Amino acid sequence: MTETVSITTTINGESRTAEVEPRTLLVHLLRDTFGMTGTHIGCETGQCGACTVQMNGGAVKSCMVLAAQADGHQIATIEGVAPKGTLHPMQQAFWEEHGLQCGYCTPGVIMSSLALLVENPDPSEAEIRHALEGNICRCTGYHNIVIAVREAAVRMARGDEATSIR
Amino acid sequence: MHPYPFTYHRPTSIDDALTMLGEFGDSGKLLAGGHSLLPVMKLRLAQPEHLIDISGLAGLSGVRLDGDVVGIGALTTHHQLATDAILETSAGLLPEIARVVGDQQVRNRGTFGGALAHADPAADYPAGVLALNAEIVARGPNGERTIPIDDFFVDFLTSALEPDEILTSIRIPALAANTGYRYEKLQNPASGYAIVGVAAVVTLTADGKISAARVGVTGAGDMAYRPQAVENALVGSTPNEDSVKAAAESAVDGIELLSDIHAPADYRARVTKNLVRRAVLKAVERAGV
Ligand SMILES: Cc1cc2nc3c(=O)[nH]c(=O)nc-3n(C[C@H](O)[C@H](O)[C@H](O)COP(=O)(O)OP(=O)(O)OC[C@H]3O[C@@H](n4cnc5c(N)ncnc54)[C@H](O)[C@@H]3O)c2cc1C
Ligand code: FES
Ligand code: FES
Repeated sequence: MTETVSITTTINGESRTAEVEPRTLLVHLLRDTFGMTGTHIGCETGQCGACTVQMNGGAVKSCMVLAAQADGHQIATIEGVAPKGTLHPMQQAFWEEHGLQCGYCTPGVIMSSLALLVENPDPSEAEIRHALEGNICRCTGYHNIVIAVREAAVRMARGDEATSIR
Repeated sequence: MHPYPFTYHRPTSIDDALTMLGEFGDSGKLLAGGHSLLPVMKLRLAQPEHLIDISGLAGLSGVRLDGDVVGIGALTTHHQLATDAILETSAGLLPEIARVVGDQQVRNRGTFGGALAHADPAADYPAGVLALNAEIVARGPNGERTIPIDDFFVDFLTSALEPDEILTSIRIPALAANTGYRYEKLQNPASGYAIVGVAAVVTLTADGKISAARVGVTGAGDMAYRPQAVENALVGSTPNEDSVKAAAESAVDGIELLSDIHAPADYRARVTKNLVRRAVLKAVERAGV
């Protein structure tokens, strides 16, 4: 079976096309075809959430979606959350509140957290923990992640802009 | 981690998908949210040559109230179920279950129809659709048929759907007045699936007697089931802690319990009885007479 599928998808607002083998996973389309390695791969079986991106605004695990299923849909990745050289208020909050240690889970956690804040701009600690059930972090114990998301909610509610990296 | 190679098809209508199913026979498989099928394909436990992606088909998604019956399209996602206003008022048990399926990401992709068709013995919805007395609507080469939920789960990972049929919708009678419901789940902390899950729907008379009770159990055996001895003991009784506890004692009668590293059979038996007791008591409380 050598045939390919052609895909046109909007990634971070930009239309992209590719010809891929049908079994290509969305995470490999992003990382291998388009060289966007901000989206990480942990388990590749849907358990860890390291590969989380947004599809039409909802958080999804990109190792659990075929690239072909992204055809015609909107994908948002960590690369698109803030202009180059700047940090989104969510990223700034993770930095300041020590919401990461090794950083492996962080792109996925941020994409899940941003999706949460669109649905619920003022989440409680319990609501943040519920929304992040699909993102495993081996380092932080989640405590500072929750604090960072709360802090980001406050900053985004008051309209903070992306800040440049010092 | 890649599945074996396959050919990808995107039908443009249900009829188109049915034609493909007929043409490919055993080598074709429907793909909806992919959250059960892609994992088994990656683990190479399944290797369909043709994937028929129905996830983009129009008209198979969403919730409609038609008189006293709620119709739910097969492609409705767990997230849609969790947040749907019609369901919240007419069959609130389903959103209660949907909210504890997997995680945010899984709920955004996985579909109600896919979950039922997959008939995983540890899946959450089977308990709920049994308790709600749902009907499954399927289309095949000879047209449409309706399958009562009591006939739907037939074995481990096996439903009453034929290989050439597509589950199109699920019909649920809207809950009657003075009816309460509850889903109780002991969650596997790693996978999120149910070790045991129990759904109860209870209707009370004006003087507080149980006039109808349906209970669904998932995770305990090879497939979801209704513990009918429990239901029979409840109907006609005036429920209290002791009577419900006594009724729940027969929750695993005649069931060959699963036994694995997560829960040996005797533990599953105790958990099932306890969750039946809790689910029924909460349903009674919510029936609010
Ligand atoms: C990390 C993770 C955690 C999960 N946790 C839970 C949990 O806690 N509880 C739980 O219940 N589930 C859980 N699931 C499973 C999830 O709910 C799946 O979405 C669901 O079981 C399958 O739905 P799907 O749309 O993804 O189906 P698919 O994977 O696309 O299909 C599953 C099977 O059903 C068939 N099929 C699909 N749609 C139809 C149709 N309309 N007609 C006929 N056949 C069809 C397919 O051919 C395939 O055989 C989890 C999954 C993952 C990956
Ligand atoms: S890499 Fe996708 S969930 Fe772990
Ligand atoms: S910071 Fe290391 S896994 Fe989360």
